[in-house]
Amino acid sequence: MSAPLSLSRPLARLMAHPLPHWAEVALLPVLNLLLALGLTALLVWAMGSDPVAALAALAVGSLGSADAIGYTLYYATNMAFTGLAVAVAFQGGLFNIGAEGQAYLAGLGVALVALNLGALPPWLLVPLAMLGGAGFGAAWAAIPGWLQARRGSHIVITTIMFNFLAASLMVYLIVNVLIAPGSMAPETRRFPTAADLPDLSAFGFPSSAPVNLSLGLALLAALAVWLLVWRSPWGYALRALGESAEVARYAGIDAGRMIVQVMALSGALAAGVAVNELLGAQHKLLLAFTGGYGFTGIAVALMGRNHPLGVLLAALLFGALTQGGAELAFEVPDVPSEIVVLIQGLVILLTGALGNMLRRPVVVVLALLRRGG
Amino acid sequence: MEWFDAALPILAATLRLAVPLLLAALAGLFSERSGIVDVGLEGKMLVAAFFSAAGAAVTGSVWLGLGAGILASCALGLLHALACVTLRGSQVVSGMAINILASGLTATLALFWFRMGGQTPPLPSSARFLAITLPGVEALSGIPVLGRLYAALVSGQTALVYVTLALVPLAAFVLYRTRFGLRLRAAGEHPAAVDTAGLSVAGLRYAGVMIASVLCGMAGAYIATAQGAGFLREMTAGRGYIALAAMILGGWRPGRILLTCLLFAVLDAVAIRLQGVILPGIGAFPVQAIQALPYLLTVILLAGFMGRAIPPKASGEPYVKER
Repeated sequence: MSAPLSLSRPLARLMAHPLPHWAEVALLPVLNLLLALGLTALLVWAMGSDPVAALAALAVGSLGSADAIGYTLYYATNMAFTGLAVAVAFQGGLFNIGAEGQAYLAGLGVALVALNLGALPPWLLVPLAMLGGAGFGAAWAAIPGWLQARRGSHIVITTIMFNFLAASLMVYLIVNVLIAPGSMAPETRRFPTAADLPDLSAFGFPSSAPVNLSLGLALLAALAVWLLVWRSPWGYALRALGESAEVARYAGIDAGRMIVQVMALSGALAAGVAVNELLGAQHKLLLAFTGGYGFTGIAVALMGRNHPLGVLLAALLFGALTQGGAELAFEVPDVPSEIVVLIQGLVILLTGALGNMLRRPVVVVLALLRRGG
Repeated sequence: MEWFDAALPILAATLRLAVPLLLAALAGLFSERSGIVDVGLEGKMLVAAFFSAAGAAVTGSVWLGLGAGILASCALGLLHALACVTLRGSQVVSGMAINILASGLTATLALFWFRMGGQTPPLPSSARFLAITLPGVEALSGIPVLGRLYAALVSGQTALVYVTLALVPLAAFVLYRTRFGLRLRAAGEHPAAVDTAGLSVAGLRYAGVMIASVLCGMAGAYIATAQGAGFLREMTAGRGYIALAAMILGGWRPGRILLTCLLFAVLDAVAIRLQGVILPGIGAFPVQAIQALPYLLTVILLAGFMGRAIPPKASGEPYVKER
């Protein structure tokens, strides 16, 4: 590999040092986040508002009260699920843009179980509804996986198309088939209360906050992903595949089977959004309940370096930004809540696509520091 | 002549709906032919839609609006090229980032500048692209079918429609009959050969991305200032992704892309027409089935169940010069 920009010889020698692990997993993401926030602050300033006041409104709005924290954690739960979904696929070298559609289809699975098996007791109904959701999400992700593995279509394009197919299918089903009789709003009847996930008022959250038991499920899912990817033979094969398909083939790994399996797992993780939203908060199936979390999951996974712990931290951050952004619009009138979407886009750009931009100066600075010290 | 009365408005609508798809699909074509995958067509169209409407609203000139839209689209394109060509980042991630960035940026700026809930003010007709009546409508009006076809379909379109239709043969000419086109395609198929010939792969890929940005800018301006009368939030509504599908189904060739865009547009026009129509025995017409068809066709084609989709060989791969 050549040096991409012509570098002077001493500089090139400094750059030969790889980044230490801590800088790769902690320093770079934090620097990129600060840069994204800095650029946003600049925009806020250019719009004639006070960036410091905006930041304070973000912080207070997301963490200032038990209610605010309850909302932050509720959003973070969705983002943890989609972040894990994207991250696990990334570990296998696959870019799953379809978490949005997989979560949407999972909503169908959740609703079918909750509406048709309502007579069951909660301890049976809730897990079955979750399984229904996970099954539908997994299937909707496994098809693009199979198409990539066996038919050679590119997973990125196929999952984009599957998002739109999911949207068309769900609109048709909700508006024409599943709609509550006599209802004008495009949504199903309320699920039986046996399917309600308990809220976290036992942990001191006000019952007005939508955070629910799905948060615990997200934490368990993160732990399970860590064990599976870093502590199991399957995970080893997955990471080998992600490093190099060639190496994986020489190691006797059936790449095609791995791709279908990891996509199914990814889709099942995305189904967590349906569990949190439908069983935890809405208690009915409604249009577009996925609200773009599948795409936020890309930012979460990139920011969290595709590691479950990083994903949880990044989900918390983006959950706080989403909740804080809603409050921001009240506190600083000229700054709309959509600015949070802008921050998400900047984070994806900086950590994902422009990742090499800050890496180079950081390498040089660290090498100079090491030499100086 | 009853069928003709029904078909004429659908044909006219098809042409109008095809234009933004065609512009964006040609944009994707130039980018991918140079070796840079562009899933950010949607985002570039969205910023162009906003800036063209904002520009037209503020200056009162639709042409200045078009210029503003193209400039905004080019700014995002430059970012994409910087990330993908210079810094060799992931092209798909960069494209997705641009889409999300555009969504947040347009909503924020629209609310801040115009305070109308994320829209621009409705444009007066003086600040929009208006239908142009071609000469000869009067003279041909006596001829039964042709006269009306000429009046409603050939004549009476906006300037951007004619420009876009002219761009199809122009794109084919540039790609297949000029030295630049040959080099651009080579950068997407075999960049090492381009490099060996002493040409700049990076320069060609920047050119491809910037041509794509100009075309996306026109597509966005068309949606906001010709089709619509001002900017609405998320008004591109996934057309950038349908254009991506059209480019793939069109086999990365201008002529076939034109046909695919017309097919998608006629589906859309028919779906709009059939909205709410009750069919005997079936009930409400499932409009979603028609709307989903472009995506379904793309999936089927990509899976090789219907011909074969062969993208430019080196597209999606950052070029690294070997030492």
